[in-house]
Amino acid sequence: MATMAQAIRLALHYGEENLGVKEIFGEDVGPPLGGVFTVTQGLKTAWNSPLDERGIIGAAIGLAWAGSRPVAEVQFSDYIFNAIDLLKLAANSTWSSAGRFRTPLVVMTPVGAGIHGSIYHSHSFDSVATKLHGMKVVCPSNPLDAYGLMLAAIKDDDPVLYLKPKALLRVRGEKLIPGEPKDSRALDEMINAPITNRENWKPRWPAVEDYTVPLGRARIAREGADATIVTHGRMVPIALEAAQAVAQSAGSQVEVVDLRSLVPYDWDCLKSSARKTGRVLFLNEETEITNFGEHLLRRTVDELFYELKVRPRLLAAKAVPGIGLSPVLENATVPQKSDVERALHELLSEAA
Amino acid sequence: MATTSQASKAPADPYLKIGKDRLLDIHRLMVRARILEEQLIKMSKSGEGFFWIGGPGEEAFNVPLGLQVLKGSGVSHDYLHLHYRSSALLLAMGAPMIDFIRQMRAAATDPYSHGRNFVNHVNVPEWNVVPMCPTIEVQYSMAIGTAIAQARAGGRGVTIVNGGDAGSAEGDFHTCLVWSNRPVLPLPVLMVVVNNGFGISTPASGQHGEKHIADWTKAFDMPGKTIDGNDPVASYFAISEALDYCRSQRRPYLIEALTSRLYGHSSSSGANRISGEADCIALFEEQLMKRGLAAQEAVDAVWQAARAECQDAYQKSKSEPQPRPEDIWPGMFSSGLPDSYPTKGGS
Repeated sequence: MATMAQAIRLALHYGEENLGVKEIFGEDVGPPLGGVFTVTQGLKTAWNSPLDERGIIGAAIGLAWAGSRPVAEVQFSDYIFNAIDLLKLAANSTWSSAGRFRTPLVVMTPVGAGIHGSIYHSHSFDSVATKLHGMKVVCPSNPLDAYGLMLAAIKDDDPVLYLKPKALLRVRGEKLIPGEPKDSRALDEMINAPITNRENWKPRWPAVEDYTVPLGRARIAREGADATIVTHGRMVPIALEAAQAVAQSAGSQVEVVDLRSLVPYDWDCLKSSARKTGRVLFLNEETEITNFGEHLLRRTVDELFYELKVRPRLLAAKAVPGIGLSPVLENATVPQKSDVERALHELLSEAA
Repeated sequence: MATTSQASKAPADPYLKIGKDRLLDIHRLMVRARILEEQLIKMSKSGEGFFWIGGPGEEAFNVPLGLQVLKGSGVSHDYLHLHYRSSALLLAMGAPMIDFIRQMRAAATDPYSHGRNFVNHVNVPEWNVVPMCPTIEVQYSMAIGTAIAQARAGGRGVTIVNGGDAGSAEGDFHTCLVWSNRPVLPLPVLMVVVNNGFGISTPASGQHGEKHIADWTKAFDMPGKTIDGNDPVASYFAISEALDYCRSQRRPYLIEALTSRLYGHSSSSGANRISGEADCIALFEEQLMKRGLAAQEAVDAVWQAARAECQDAYQKSKSEPQPRPEDIWPGMFSSGLPDSYPTKGGS
């Protein structure tokens, strides 16, 4: 099975061949490196830009207006803040031009903790991203969704911010991408650049096929009737593990809703799961205080208050300025499996 | 023989090189732009609009630029990344006066933003005039994108980006210089800096140590020129040379045009006529009359016709509707608003 990095690479290749993607660029995105997480290795339209995030986002906007269907990368979301007004422009241009200009671009950027990235390689970006109204925001939790969301993002006529959970980029999936070879070693040999002597290397692309995860559509990652976790990205596998542990220890069945799209988000899916279980935990690795999960929690209270069995909860990162390097500090800041289990036990044990 | 030879080498009058018809076109457009801006200022002060920001005093540069744009849509035509002092340029391209007046009123009929944006914030997809933003200098970062597409495509289309002297302090100006001069892909960009000597209320002389903003080109070994932007004829030829270079060499060029700023920065500085600033239209008319290219009566008639045109547009706009409350939603997303999008603004 492909890793998430390979899945995105395959999607970008499909985009180049079939969806009119003409420019894939950013810092170290082109050869020889092909991206610090290898996401853009071997792609024919990938190129290296100056080390200038404002230029990267500005160029993407101009290219979008010129019909080039660009996919730009900011190497870590921690570096994206100096381009925030340009992202705002990308997001609002359709609206502010009374619908006369469309800005179809994809900006992808790795987010979140989990690789000992310290203060400036561990940021989440969910909350700021979801405040760029007019921008669509997605975040996959597995390679197949990563593939399908990228194709959806490229096809969409609006700007899409594609958040890559960096701790999951090297994790292999459980489902094949349509057209992906069954043997993952064969895939590695076809599309992974050799460590050395890559000057003359060319990938051999498998004939991957069209597969779209519609923007705004969540996925039930695990079914359950006793409680709901609403989450996305890196927290999905952690939620699934915690749900499994709770099933074994307490016999409770926890449903896990993988949002996949943060804007627009799948309120109908969230609502029906919350109504079914009456117990809801919102889980993400962004810091609390104006956290995207807080919005979902507030809306759940507003619209579903009398259908809930107990108060809904949020489990998020501690509101400190950064993620410390020491694993002790990182684990104390970002929700861990044990934190999720504890939150689930509380959620499940409160009397209705 | 010597006398004849000397005579043939004497520089021809540049006015004659442009030709009378073109000169009178330029004059008419400059006057129309001035009348329009003065009308917009009046509306901002009489309660018929809110904030005014615009470009009176820049007509002598902006009209000759607008007249030389390769107008159309797509990469084979010029892309324009303009700022809010570009009304004269846009009138020269053919934009109607009334649309500026509609935007000043924040009317539903404002074609550029349906009452959402400040006046002089224009976009015209069919002419590659991309959306304009009140945030200073961001257009220099976006210009490189359309220029990359044009560098790939070849042809004659270039990207024109227009901003002010104060904005050149922003990193986006440097972004444009660096990206336009990348050895792997130089870009066909005409960078324009209209230098009126001020950033809102702050004189450039106290903030900018560089002798000329055009000197930034020296670091990149790219062509750049500082010109008299109050002289439409000098501007016309400088723009022509620069655009020829960008179109044929597919490389960047920077023009710094020194101009007046006749009504200050915007409403924020009062929008009153500033004394002591040279008026490019008065100077131009003097030159036209001195050469016998226009008589006073003809000049007066141009002003009169522009006033009448502006009044007609103003009167027509008066009865046009304002947006409705529900008009905040269209254009959020290209495919419309999802049914479950939160629209209440709270609980």
